[in-house]
Amino acid sequence: MKIEQYRILEKSKIEDFIDSLISISKVVAPVYKGFKNYAFQKIKSSEEVSLKYIPTIIPPKKYFMPQRETLLKFDIKEDLKIEPVVEYENLILFGVHTCDIAGIKCLNMVLSDNPKDTGYLIRKKHITIIGLECNDYCDEYASCAFVGAHMPTTGYDLMFTELSEYFIVHIHSSKGSDIVEKTDLFKPAEAVHIEELKALRNNKLKIFNNEVPTERRYLPDLFDRSFNASVWKELEQKCLSCGNCTAVCPTCYCFDIKEEVDLTLKAGERYRVWFSCQLDPFAKVAGGIDFRRERSARQRHRFYRKFRYHIDRYGMVFCTGCGRCSRTCMAKINLKEVLTSLIKESEAKIWRKWL
Amino acid sequence: MAQVVIKDSPYNLKRARILDVKPLTEKEKLFKLVFEDSTWLDFEPGQFIMVSLMGIGEIPVSVCSSPLNRHYFEICVRAVGKVTNSLHKLNVGDVIGVRGPYGNGFPIKMIEGHDLLIIAGGLGLAPLRSLILYAIDNRRDFGEIHILFGCKTPGELLFVDEIDEWGKRLDIHFACTVDRADPDWKGNVGLITSLIPGVDIDPIRTYAAVVGPPVMYKFVIKELLAKGLPVDQILLSFERHMKCGMGKCGRCQIQNLYCCKDGPVFTFKEIMDMAEAL
Repeated sequence: MKIEQYRILEKSKIEDFIDSLISISKVVAPVYKGFKNYAFQKIKSSEEVSLKYIPTIIPPKKYFMPQRETLLKFDIKEDLKIEPVVEYENLILFGVHTCDIAGIKCLNMVLSDNPKDTGYLIRKKHITIIGLECNDYCDEYASCAFVGAHMPTTGYDLMFTELSEYFIVHIHSSKGSDIVEKTDLFKPAEAVHIEELKALRNNKLKIFNNEVPTERRYLPDLFDRSFNASVWKELEQKCLSCGNCTAVCPTCYCFDIKEEVDLTLKAGERYRVWFSCQLDPFAKVAGGIDFRRERSARQRHRFYRKFRYHIDRYGMVFCTGCGRCSRTCMAKINLKEVLTSLIKESEAKIWRKWL
Repeated sequence: MAQVVIKDSPYNLKRARILDVKPLTEKEKLFKLVFEDSTWLDFEPGQFIMVSLMGIGEIPVSVCSSPLNRHYFEICVRAVGKVTNSLHKLNVGDVIGVRGPYGNGFPIKMIEGHDLLIIAGGLGLAPLRSLILYAIDNRRDFGEIHILFGCKTPGELLFVDEIDEWGKRLDIHFACTVDRADPDWKGNVGLITSLIPGVDIDPIRTYAAVVGPPVMYKFVIKELLAKGLPVDQILLSFERHMKCGMGKCGRCQIQNLYCCKDGPVFTFKEIMDMAEAL
């Protein structure tokens, strides 16, 4: 912890800070929508922001990979004219929790893998991420400690942590540093503040427990022996195949590509939209053959995408522990419960082997 | 929201002009294409391209010409859906959008110096034709070449002139079969698997390249294993729906593999334990 990288903002000045952000750029922050629901949306004033919030309905991935994104514009009136396009805007995301920063890191991994998704990279360059550390659990669905997303590490420009009387702010990029300079509301951090931050983080280690009865490093092994687990068959009975879990997941990025023509029937655009491995036509091929026809196979695929396949490809778990999938599931499929059942089933297998 | 044109988008298309359209069967047509900017498609046998008809859609199609041909490239398209039916209505001189090539193709450098057993079911001959033409052009780099081709009916046979030529060559063993014959058919009748036991191969020296409808693979693989072919010398090309072609959209994922990026060609060894592959 280098003290030069830290600043202090008095709690009473947080609203001034947010208002000053609004004067520089479009600002998006968590806003209360009623019935324990929050959403990232454009704010006009600091009064709209909820500093204490549980994960928003849709994660901030919507700003990095919009639900609908134009890829090409075309005009075939005289000659075939095709223009690949990207839409972007300068944006400050304020109040992003560490689980959602972990989600953005996952998207980053996939979309900057070759061939690079130019649209995503351009958009990302124009977005500033201001994080807000969680000092406690948001609710019972969270499993951020299990996947290691409960502590700020990287992936943000500024990180705000609430201490007793101040916010301590970590400057992690030149974009973040510029904002601190411009707003002129911050004081240099002193050793006592750093000590307080360390104490808070140490205390967090006690609060944030491993929510699933295993460790992250055992996941590859667990999933390697769980492909035919009965847990998946049980999900077959529950899952409604609605696709909610993937729509709200910060690390789900599967998409479909479609086109639309205007009234002239000559010009139009090709765009991509979010798609879901939980929906029926996802794995269908010509002739109507479906390689994941059963809902159990689709749910299994979702879990393997989160906890196994991408470990092979990118070396990391693609779950951020935000709990959105469990919170939104109409059939009450709970990620932590599924993992716990898998662990139990796996243990039983190992036990039988030794009898 | 600013919108800018980005030429380096991976979704950008190259304009390809149709030089020739040749009907092969009732449902299949062969399109001869050339890039308008005079560049050539640098591809390997087994790779695919994304073909676009603006306003209608985009589909993955295997290239079926010889990769050594620098003048044009060919695709064989069966009219089954929106895009393919529209493609069939195009004429010489029309322009389509193309991006690619994508995928890994057949591991030619590994196959060279070995015998080659090609097993094509129906439209599966299209990607394999690219490999066959390459092998014929570089005949001395390969040992024995066996080609087995099976279709449902004689009317569905593809590239009839060419397979006639292959049948006459003395340096290639070619056999053809149909599931259901018509009165004029004088050749073999039966599933493609019925041809395999009769092929005289040295399994240790042989690479088998198999492409066909999903139902064909299990039975063909069984015959090849019975012949004694090692699991890493059975090459299979898979068909999946692909939207991006570059390992992002998730449509073609087979467990931890992307058909578009890690395939479409896999060895049997790679996928033999995968539940969702076959």
